[in-house]
Amino acid sequence: MWGERVNAVMAWIDERLPVSKFWNDHAAKYYAPKNFNFFYFFGSLALLVLVNQLVTGIFLAMSYKPDAALAFDSVESIMREVDWGWLLRYMHSTGASAFFIVIYLHMFRALLYGSYKKPRELIWLFGMVIFLMLMAEAFMGYLLPWGQMSFWGAQVITSLFGAIPVIGEDLALWIRGDYVIADATLNRFFALHVVAIPILLLGLVVFHLGALHTVGSNNPDGIEIKKHKGTDGIPVDGIPFHPYYTVKDLFGAAVFMTLFALAVFYLPEMGGYFLEPPNFEPADPLKTPEHIAPVWYFTPFYSILRAVPSKFGGVIAMGASIVVLFALPWLDRCRVRSMRYRDSRYGFALALFVLSFIGLGILGTKPVSPVNTILVRAFSLVYFGFFLLMPWYSAREKTLPEPDRLTAAVMPLAKREGRHWDVIRGVVATIQQSPLYRSTTAWVLGYLLLAVVLLYSLVYF
Amino acid sequence: MTDEDIDNEKRRFLTQTAVVMGAVGAGFLATPFLASMQPSAKAQAAGAPVEVDISKMEPGQLIRVMWRGKPVWVLRRTPEALATLPQLAGQLLDPESKDSDQPPYAANESRALKPEIFVAVGVCTHLGCSPTYRPEHTPADLGPDWLGGFFCPCHGSKFDIAGRVYKGVPAPKNLEIPPYRFLSETRLFIGGANEEESA
Repeated sequence: MWGERVNAVMAWIDERLPVSKFWNDHAAKYYAPKNFNFFYFFGSLALLVLVNQLVTGIFLAMSYKPDAALAFDSVESIMREVDWGWLLRYMHSTGASAFFIVIYLHMFRALLYGSYKKPRELIWLFGMVIFLMLMAEAFMGYLLPWGQMSFWGAQVITSLFGAIPVIGEDLALWIRGDYVIADATLNRFFALHVVAIPILLLGLVVFHLGALHTVGSNNPDGIEIKKHKGTDGIPVDGIPFHPYYTVKDLFGAAVFMTLFALAVFYLPEMGGYFLEPPNFEPADPLKTPEHIAPVWYFTPFYSILRAVPSKFGGVIAMGASIVVLFALPWLDRCRVRSMRYRDSRYGFALALFVLSFIGLGILGTKPVSPVNTILVRAFSLVYFGFFLLMPWYSAREKTLPEPDRLTAAVMPLAKREGRHWDVIRGVVATIQQSPLYRSTTAWVLGYLLLAVVLLYSLVYF
Repeated sequence: MTDEDIDNEKRRFLTQTAVVMGAVGAGFLATPFLASMQPSAKAQAAGAPVEVDISKMEPGQLIRVMWRGKPVWVLRRTPEALATLPQLAGQLLDPESKDSDQPPYAANESRALKPEIFVAVGVCTHLGCSPTYRPEHTPADLGPDWLGGFFCPCHGSKFDIAGRVYKGVPAPKNLEIPPYRFLSETRLFIGGANEEESA
């Protein structure tokens, strides 16, 4: 009886708005490759963090005052006087860092499995614009608490535009709306942060997903599942997104939220990396903090800026380090998508790139010193080398034969090819055969449990 | 009407004309939005000059005052500090301040009206941080060649005690000198005269 009623209501709606069709096209009958692994959690997690930022942001805006004279105190009031305000604020500030962690891993997945390659170039381009918008959003949001780091960070970044020849100074003035960072800047950044960029972000997410659902997801094997279709026209290696991946992603979301809650409740400042100590002092236009550094997610690009001993050159290098990412689908000339079947030289290049990206990130949090400058320059060369030499090395790769059908989500150790995997296999086998290993497995598990408890209590106290 | 009756040339002309006219209209419409982001009349008017009492300043002391929202330094230089100025020319990018911003009366070696009183806008010409005053000689972090001056903590730009930038650092120019004059031996007037013309 009840079911019939629901069906009738759904039919009534579907005649007027194709809700069921939309659900089927994008979830219940949207077939995704069956071998998604760990790295495929981060798309849906990014969406989850976006929702977190929107919801907490709306409620923060109810208590925040975008006025240079009131902003700092209103944030303190949120922390101390508004019921649960501290939680909303920490969820929002931790969410900003979580957003970049998730997005960086999401982009790394694309590099691993060639998800940016034909026919998925547009997905990559929309994703890159989302990344740019996200950086703008994070930067403008960071000004709002009107602390020392907010003020001087914004001063440095808006001055970057001043380095552009001829129009630069006027452009920087127009962006700030005053001769220095001032009330006008704070007010407009608030408007852009809470209205303009969120709207753009949501629109871009729709385009990103629309392009994805037009060509279908890539997978760890980097082969097309549409090549083999059953008599029903459904890819034989595909599984419907709902319920298979909705359930998988829910599990990922649960694990993520556990880690997120740990950060929000126990380490909201993350030792000065999520919220920097100088930002607990109100903005002072007369005094720059002794050591200023951007929040961790900007430090790789900030390092590249500092690597060049010229004002305009530094700005160009930093801009280029982001722009070059847009060109990735056309720089990579290798026919094979997935790292699994590409030459080890690509793996080597990717490993070097990841190392230099992390190295640039770490050095970007440190003060300038002669040794750091040399390291930063070396890492910057690797960073640009990875992209600019790609047309050369990717065209010369000796690739392995790709499988006809999907293989595993995670390649078992026994099946991995390459000399370093032989070594690892040997080591693992030796360890497993030793009597010590057999007798100590139980102990190790016990110690692991103990370590977790200790770590937890350390964090807690 | 059949398809052959359609004058595609005319359609294309009309479409293109409509697009061009629409774009011009959109451009006009966008102007007030974009112009509203320029510094407001209030922000422009806030560039009023400031007066500073320098009678109580010790040699080597630096004070900061706010002018046009920016920090302006007033420093009473010691004779020892002034003696370092001729030694540095080889290490500086623009020792004679030819490509830097200052009023004509400060385009000298000490970059000042009176050598002992140094007035400068305390904003790094690189990316706008305010450099720190480091008068000591050869501190551990700045190396054995350091004879006192200003160090920008943001990106490592170095300036001598007259705000002249060193070579090989990101800042492209010497520190800016604002227009100023002495009202008396002990009173300094920052801004004013040639400011009123430009503002």
